[in-house]
Amino acid sequence: MSSNTGGYFVPAPTAWPFYLTIGLFLMLGGVSNYLNGHGASMLIWTGLAISLAFIWIWFRGIINESESGKYGQQVDMTYRWGMGWFIFSEVMFFGAFFGALFYARQLSLPWLGGSDVMTNAVLWPQFENAWPTNGPGGVGGDFGIIPPWGVPFLNTMLLLTSGVTLTFAHHGLRENKPRRNVILWMWATVALGCIFLFFQAEEYIVAYQHLNLTLESGIYGSTFFMLTGFHGMHVTLGTLMLLVITLRLMKGHFKSDSHFGFEGVAWYWHFVDVVWLGLFVFVYIL
Amino acid sequence: MSEHHDSHHDDHGPEKGIMRWIKTTNHKDLGTLYLWFAFIMFFIGGVMSLIIRLELFSPGLQWVNPEFFNSMTTMHALIMIFGGVMPAFTGLANWMVPMMVGASDLALPRVNNWGFWILPFAFTLLLSTLFMGGGAPASGWTMYPPLVLQTGDAFPFMIFAIHLMGISSITGAINVIVTILNMRAPGMTLLKMPLFVWSWLITAYLLIATMPVLAGAVTMLLTDKYFGTSFFTAAGGGDPVMYQHIFWFFGHPEVYILILPAFGIVSTIIPTFARKTLFGYDSMVYAMASIAFLSFIVWAHHMFTVGMPLAGELFFMFATMLIAVPTGVKVFNWVATMWRGSMTFETPMLFALGFVFLFTIGGFSGLMLAIAPADFQYHDSYFVVAHFHYVLVPGAVFSIIAGMYYWMPKWTGHMYHEGLGKLHFWLSAIAINLTFFPQHFAGLAGMPRRIPDYAVQFTDWNVISSIGAFFFFIAQFIMAYNWIVNCVMRKGAPATARVWEGAHGLEWTVPSPAPYHTFETPPVISESEITAVHDEPAAAPSRA
Repeated sequence: MSSNTGGYFVPAPTAWPFYLTIGLFLMLGGVSNYLNGHGASMLIWTGLAISLAFIWIWFRGIINESESGKYGQQVDMTYRWGMGWFIFSEVMFFGAFFGALFYARQLSLPWLGGSDVMTNAVLWPQFENAWPTNGPGGVGGDFGIIPPWGVPFLNTMLLLTSGVTLTFAHHGLRENKPRRNVILWMWATVALGCIFLFFQAEEYIVAYQHLNLTLESGIYGSTFFMLTGFHGMHVTLGTLMLLVITLRLMKGHFKSDSHFGFEGVAWYWHFVDVVWLGLFVFVYIL
Repeated sequence: MSEHHDSHHDDHGPEKGIMRWIKTTNHKDLGTLYLWFAFIMFFIGGVMSLIIRLELFSPGLQWVNPEFFNSMTTMHALIMIFGGVMPAFTGLANWMVPMMVGASDLALPRVNNWGFWILPFAFTLLLSTLFMGGGAPASGWTMYPPLVLQTGDAFPFMIFAIHLMGISSITGAINVIVTILNMRAPGMTLLKMPLFVWSWLITAYLLIATMPVLAGAVTMLLTDKYFGTSFFTAAGGGDPVMYQHIFWFFGHPEVYILILPAFGIVSTIIPTFARKTLFGYDSMVYAMASIAFLSFIVWAHHMFTVGMPLAGELFFMFATMLIAVPTGVKVFNWVATMWRGSMTFETPMLFALGFVFLFTIGGFSGLMLAIAPADFQYHDSYFVVAHFHYVLVPGAVFSIIAGMYYWMPKWTGHMYHEGLGKLHFWLSAIAINLTFFPQHFAGLAGMPRRIPDYAVQFTDWNVISSIGAFFFFIAQFIMAYNWIVNCVMRKGAPATARVWEGAHGLEWTVPSPAPYHTFETPPVISESEITAVHDEPAAAPSRA
């Protein structure tokens, strides 16, 4: 743990966060109007464009500051702590959805099926607890499920491999191996992320077109798509982050002993990887 | 030392005009913005509570229709919790944490700016629902399905407003936690930190752990309403009770998010005016940590009547009662700190003492509610309303007021008017008991919460309660006048650097008003500014 040694980098006043917030405000206001059936696509796209522009500008500013050597040891430690706590908050977000899955399977479905309580007798006496299910109301109609040992297993292998290639890149950077090798390992990691996303999209298409497995397929469809969907969004974000890091490596950024931008993205990617392992076990296999 | 002692830092001094506030990355500017924002929200939320009390002044429906009444209870809660108390505590943390640990600023100043500026936009989304078709959210702040899914156009605005508030809280919490872990001056070890800093370290942890869970819960509400998911629909295999579990997994730690910084403030103020060191520093830290841990395993005591298995009722009942132990440690420590102290009763001390008495009453009624079989009678009655208002108003809000009186001379360089401060305290303390004490009786006699009309036998208690509420609201204008004229507009007497005779800590070593930048080079901490005194005799510095 470091302490205040003086000369900590304090950024100049900036309106980036303010404009980013305006972007988010317009976008979310627009989405709200859209959901209420008032149509507001102009608002949504304008807000999204402003948000993305200022995320871009903000990160570009950080990268420029970092490359011009404004960040000392202590700022580095700030980013480490900050990224760690941010990932912890993400873990808790996924925890809410895993919690919903466990609660439904361990408590609400057995109760609906008549174990421990008799309330099911007045509601759905015919219902028997089983998994997968779309509930006693058969919400969304009959559906099939994605077998775990096909595409999901392949995706597990892809993500685990991407963790390995990323680690090779990291070691190469730390040990001052030729930059070309590091960049190649990074491109391999980005490619594995993209292939994962391709298969995930393919799986969704199969689910919707052939299996009648949709977001509306009762509690199974809800937990399946919300968990894999939020994970897929995180993989998309993680792949973009890996891409940025790769491009920065190609521009000659990062030193062997100072590259938290790289490490932060690596932490994030491993976090996404671990969430997938949880999904593979609890959503696909069990 | 002059006010411009560090004007050589002209590369990042304050800008002029409105852009100063939009662009600022300075923890003191942002602290001020947070506090002004909270101040405005307290008055907006307060007006809503007056509408509620006006309608309840007499039985029958006279002023507002029931839907609007329900909107008022819902919006009052959301505004007071997310717009009032939480930003006020974050504002105090912004101002005080860097000064208390000897840091130059918060660790991530631009993120700090973002965390503040999200709030006005989030509350614009939320408050705009008052003017929408179907009215503002009226389901109660807990947003239970299926009722909340009947909300009109306001629904997505409410959900996204909560998402934004969550981002604000999480960024603010990460900032505070990283500042505390990474930016302390040499010699400021963890167990030498002022207790306000400790309270915020633990609060920040609770925020990061639970705000994402709330985000998940309201996201499920959103998809249940618009995208056909079945999380909270039994027909699809889900369960409305599941929402309550996820919500209260957030909601109970949230309760401690609203009170732990208050513990920190009171633990700072009482030693100053008792002119003694805090009794049992270590046990105060361990007590807060225990309370934070327990807060994650007691959530279902909010749902005793929902139909849980007996084992669940018992577990959550006993776990809840366990919290009384560390809380009792804290109350006894505050009392022991005052024992044989050279006490004086300036306004911050009066509010801190009010806190100890009245928060403890709220704690006792909490113990009554923790008894599961008894809760079957109290649940959703005015007794519950009385309980949580005792811990939130003379608890959290009194501590914020105490902290403001205590530190504002340091911020502005000018003293508030002591006589007006004391008047404000006594009016507030009497009015708040008039408002909320009778609600215990109404609740025990069977008056349900969240209704605009009631049976005539509850009239007397409601009349007293309404009179108290208006009385309390009006008394706050004395405070507003006192702070704005004497401190902000600098009409009050100039404050010394130390401000209070018995005050110790790094924040009192800088001039009043505190310069725009403090501790750009880390301070050398003298032993007399360390407010922590450990129980081991060897570690105890001698201080008169």
